Amino acid sequence: MTDQAVEREVGRARLRKEDARLVTGQTTWTDNITVTGLLHLAILRSPMAHARIERIDVSPALERPGVVAAFSGRDLADGLGSLPCAWPVTEDMVLPDHPPIAVDEVRHAGDPVAVVVARDRYAAADALEAIEVDYEPLPPVLDLEAALAEDAPLVHADKGTNRAYVWPLRAGEDYEAVRQRADVVLKRRYEQQRLIPNAMEPRAVVVTPLAASGEYTVYSATQIPHILRIMLSVVTGVPEHKLRVVAPDVGGGFGSKLQVYGEEAVAVAVARKLGRPVKWTESRSEGYLATHHGRGMIQDVEIAATREGRLLGLKVDLLADMGAYLMLVTPGVPILGAFMYPAIYKMDSYDFTCTGVFTTKTPTDAYRGAGRPEATYAIERAMDELAAEVGLDPVEVRRRNWIRHEEFPYTSIAGLTYDSGNYEAATDKALALFGYDDLRAEQAKRNERGDTVRLGIGISTYTEMCGLAPSRVLRDLRYSAGGWEAASIRMLPTGKVEVVTGTSPHGQGHVTCWSQIAADVLGVPFEDVEVVHGDTKVAPQGMDTYGSRSLVVGGAAVHRAAEKVVDKARKVAAHPLEASEDDLEFKGGVFSVKGSPEARKTIQEVAFETFTSHDVPDGMEPTLNAEHVLDPENFSYPHGTHLCAVEVDTETGQTRIRSYVCVDDVGRVINPMIVEGQVHGGLAQGIAQALYEEAVYDTEGNLVSGTMADYLVPSAADLPEFVTDRTETPAVSNPLGVKGVGEAGTIASTPAVVNAIVDALRPLGVHDVRMPCTPERVWEAVRSAQKEGSA
Amino acid sequence: MTHISVTVDGTTYEDEVEPRLLLVHYLRDRLGLTGTPIGCDTSNCGAGTVELDGTSVKSCTVLAVQADGGEVTTVQGLARDGEWTPLQRSFHEHHALQCGYCTPGMIMAARDLLRENPHPTAEEVRKALEGNLCRCTGYQNIVRAVLAAAQESAAPAARAASAREVTA
Amino acid sequence: MIPPAFDYARPTDLDEAVRTLADAGEDAKVLAGGQSLLPLLRLRLAFPELVVDVGRIPGLRGVREEGDTLVIGALTTHHDVIHDPLVRRHAGLLAQATETVADPAVRHRGTLGGSLAHADPAGDLPAVALALDAELVAVGPGGRRTIPARDFFADYLQSTLAPNELLVEVRLPKREGWGFRYEKFHRVAQSWAMVGVAALVRRENGHIAEARIGLTNMGATPLRASAAEEALVGAGGADAVARAAQSAAEGTRPSRDASASPEYRAHLARVLTKRAVLAATGTG
Repeated sequence: MTDQAVEREVGRARLRKEDARLVTGQTTWTDNITVTGLLHLAILRSPMAHARIERIDVSPALERPGVVAAFSGRDLADGLGSLPCAWPVTEDMVLPDHPPIAVDEVRHAGDPVAVVVARDRYAAADALEAIEVDYEPLPPVLDLEAALAEDAPLVHADKGTNRAYVWPLRAGEDYEAVRQRADVVLKRRYEQQRLIPNAMEPRAVVVTPLAASGEYTVYSATQIPHILRIMLSVVTGVPEHKLRVVAPDVGGGFGSKLQVYGEEAVAVAVARKLGRPVKWTESRSEGYLATHHGRGMIQDVEIAATREGRLLGLKVDLLADMGAYLMLVTPGVPILGAFMYPAIYKMDSYDFTCTGVFTTKTPTDAYRGAGRPEATYAIERAMDELAAEVGLDPVEVRRRNWIRHEEFPYTSIAGLTYDSGNYEAATDKALALFGYDDLRAEQAKRNERGDTVRLGIGISTYTEMCGLAPSRVLRDLRYSAGGWEAASIRMLPTGKVEVVTGTSPHGQGHVTCWSQIAADVLGVPFEDVEVVHGDTKVAPQGMDTYGSRSLVVGGAAVHRAAEKVVDKARKVAAHPLEASEDDLEFKGGVFSVKGSPEARKTIQEVAFETFTSHDVPDGMEPTLNAEHVLDPENFSYPHGTHLCAVEVDTETGQTRIRSYVCVDDVGRVINPMIVEGQVHGGLAQGIAQALYEEAVYDTEGNLVSGTMADYLVPSAADLPEFVTDRTETPAVSNPLGVKGVGEAGTIASTPAVVNAIVDALRPLGVHDVRMPCTPERVWEAVRSAQKEGSA
Repeated sequence: MTHISVTVDGTTYEDEVEPRLLLVHYLRDRLGLTGTPIGCDTSNCGAGTVELDGTSVKSCTVLAVQADGGEVTTVQGLARDGEWTPLQRSFHEHHALQCGYCTPGMIMAARDLLRENPHPTAEEVRKALEGNLCRCTGYQNIVRAVLAAAQESAAPAARAASAREVTA
Repeated sequence: MIPPAFDYARPTDLDEAVRTLADAGEDAKVLAGGQSLLPLLRLRLAFPELVVDVGRIPGLRGVREEGDTLVIGALTTHHDVIHDPLVRRHAGLLAQATETVADPAVRHRGTLGGSLAHADPAGDLPAVALALDAELVAVGPGGRRTIPARDFFADYLQSTLAPNELLVEVRLPKREGWGFRYEKFHRVAQSWAMVGVAALVRRENGHIAEARIGLTNMGATPLRASAAEEALVGAGGADAVARAAQSAAEGTRPSRDASASPEYRAHLARVLTKRAVLAATGTG
């Protein structure tokens, strides 16, 4: 073959293009950005969970050295609208006003009340102490059930209720009827504690105004530059075309930067008022109050089953903590989960209701997995309870209920059409890697001996809906945007390639993966591809990065756009070769005439000929540029089986993970190294929910776990080595066959760990441990089970 | 204001600083050396780990005046003539970073470990990195990268033979 | 976050340091390694007018022997304590406990004297100082005085050092032939001890002849588990140790916070005492 040597890129563990800047410290985190005349913002926040602002005087701050200006919420109210909620999940959803900076009332500890503008960050921080605020305390609203009581104090008095919405989903047979004929009915309550996402880069925003033309550039540590541009335009009144939003290097998000934050709007408002560039960077403990939280749900789950362990029906009653306001997708997070409670199982009836509840706490919103980890946790915990109830091995009870691989495509009872999957294969592989039978044998021995340190084995099988989302489905869910993604490709005169993507990576490795995809389609070297993203000026169209959507939608759009470039190039190549397009073969970046391989042109030659445009077909535009906006036809459905073995010290309650095995099926893999990395990180966060992390509030509504010293993000010393593997069942609903991998590890691992802990303690009479499974909770569970046992 | 003289990545700087100025803010805001980031305010995250007079410190928990007369090395001062150190290479080759925010601190902490213990076990690596938090990687590839860098330092010649990348 | 403004003094010798502290009165804070003070300043939980940086005063760093006593300079860093051969030989408990303090970078800056003077009952070293019967040497305007560890910890974050005194030395009696163990219980590697137990045990003829137990985070100050110490005398096997350890929480007043209840802390004190003593006797 005379084809130029272009290796197939997709499927290779290409090292990342992103790394060079990051390992040498040549980064552009938002806080690194500085411009001449930059002023620094510091924000005064409410120390109370709920209070009326009786009086606020910012003028003493102006006396402090280096202070340029200071504003209360009222001072800025004229130029700022309410922060947006893009997901009014029901027609009658209660949507309270959400000023970017509080005006009359504060509704959670950390609600902003005033802003100081100073020459440097030290001066700004000092001046906050000079601002005088008188608060009239109002009762905090902290407990979800109490908040719904008739006479409960209200978070938003003008709304007359703390109930934000009630969202039902009923499918299949009537649940009551199914319940009647069930041999076994199990009712369980699970609690999803509040979590703090903890992206390692704190949030930051820099706004540079061009006063003469009314233009603003907003640099923000955001996952969503495109959505932010639209929403900031609405909130601040700066016309969309006068706003440029840049997401520079962004240090992680996990959903916490999928948001339109008050500070972003306030920074624009202050820059507009002063005509000066401004910067705001949150401190970690400030972020714990001001950056949205995740989870926060009470799940009442009931399953009806036969005595053989076959599921008949599932009823879920959910109370979801909205926090003080409805932010960008706050109300929708539990709704994403609504479709996932039935998981990989077949059943006759599904009855789901979610009630959104306001509390005087930091608003909740998307956190890695967003609704799906919660759903998976509840069903996977309940499946273990069912197994115990009917005396089956937890693996067996899943086998009896899951969708068999020959049944795909399968429409779940919640109405999702799972396009592909093979739960048997993933589970078999995981069991073998884990050494399941040996561990069970060891467990039996140790239980028999009555060891102080018990061995527990936890399983979690899961699927998730990724690749958000078909726009028409979003319409049906009342989400206010589409789910498409845009890509454009420019083949430059020298044959180099620029890929412009609407996704906005913050650690995922899109630059590397999109390069692999484009290089394969175009037949150019990986190194010849540059990927541009995260700046509305150079990547004007996009829906950004969240919900494991980037590859499935955005990567697929890159693929399609590259195909269009090849189609154009084929036309240009055919012309001088005097061949019809159909007679041209394209392989490894070379067009050749079928049957006469000496008549050939490389795509790079074609690119230059297109540039000179001396001999292109009549009527053809002289570019090798193409654009594709892809609206997915379906979600994608990764799945997998996770197994966890724990050692639980019943004397202290301490849990140690002994081994962790997962086999995930994320469809076709573009870069196995990156996929593995995503799984590792997901596992760490899911395990952290099971064992360590919780946003704890006291009875006054203060965040007790208010610093990184109190909120336990695990370190390398706290986590085990993971064994990860894959099965590969390609998705059929996108051209790449990919499914998405960003959330899989988080979704599956939490129930695997807790199932393992409960499994270890079940012989002692324990049926549940509330998350995080702290040593004290485990110890308490054992103790109370023993008391009950002896009573 | 207090006068300080600090050598950072080979260059000596003389400055008047407020005594309360944190070393990390001195590096970032005064010297423009933004390669060292800030991830928390309680000395937990380790993102701002640098080397001060030969040992790792958290630059957010050291005052600039405490570094007076001292020698600071940041992640920006590691490469020589564009040649990365074994740890930098190893982090890249083992995909030990995703968003990369913790990476400067991780590399500096790992460097400190390998100076004291050139041949650590995986468990020793995990223990040595207990003061550095990462939210992306689950640490597995960080541990791999540090072990590989240790091995490489032990046998530089073996490097060429070691897998550049893994095709799965 | 950002520390509040303060004045700064960097005395070059002990006399100057003491004079500076004496002149400043109550509003001065001593800065040694800064690993406890700087987080407090950054969270604006402390507002000193003057910070006296004693970090460069000569002669306060390092370990030496004086007969049967080990003398550790107050400015000796945790890192140096851990690696010091004299400490490892004569006060292994201190080296072992110090290895559990915070993380390597913090241990490079943090000092033994600073940790003790900070008097945090959740800190690991105060309980160890109690168990080891340390003596703390302070210098003030009136000269040197020696404070036994049992008289040093006054209350939560409060030592009996006067504002114008500086801790300069920690003196430990060498303990030959004692087994030791620091059992620290915490949820993640970085977090403070929920409870810690520092055990020193001397055995004769297979039985415990003497036991010294220091408790971390079981009250407003570090404590000795005196009842357990007494009960342990004469204990031979594991069962006897376990029985004696049942009294480990007697006389303690553990706090309730987000990480544990007093009841659970008391339980942990008993379990960890048993484990520490068994490990110290080499039978655990």
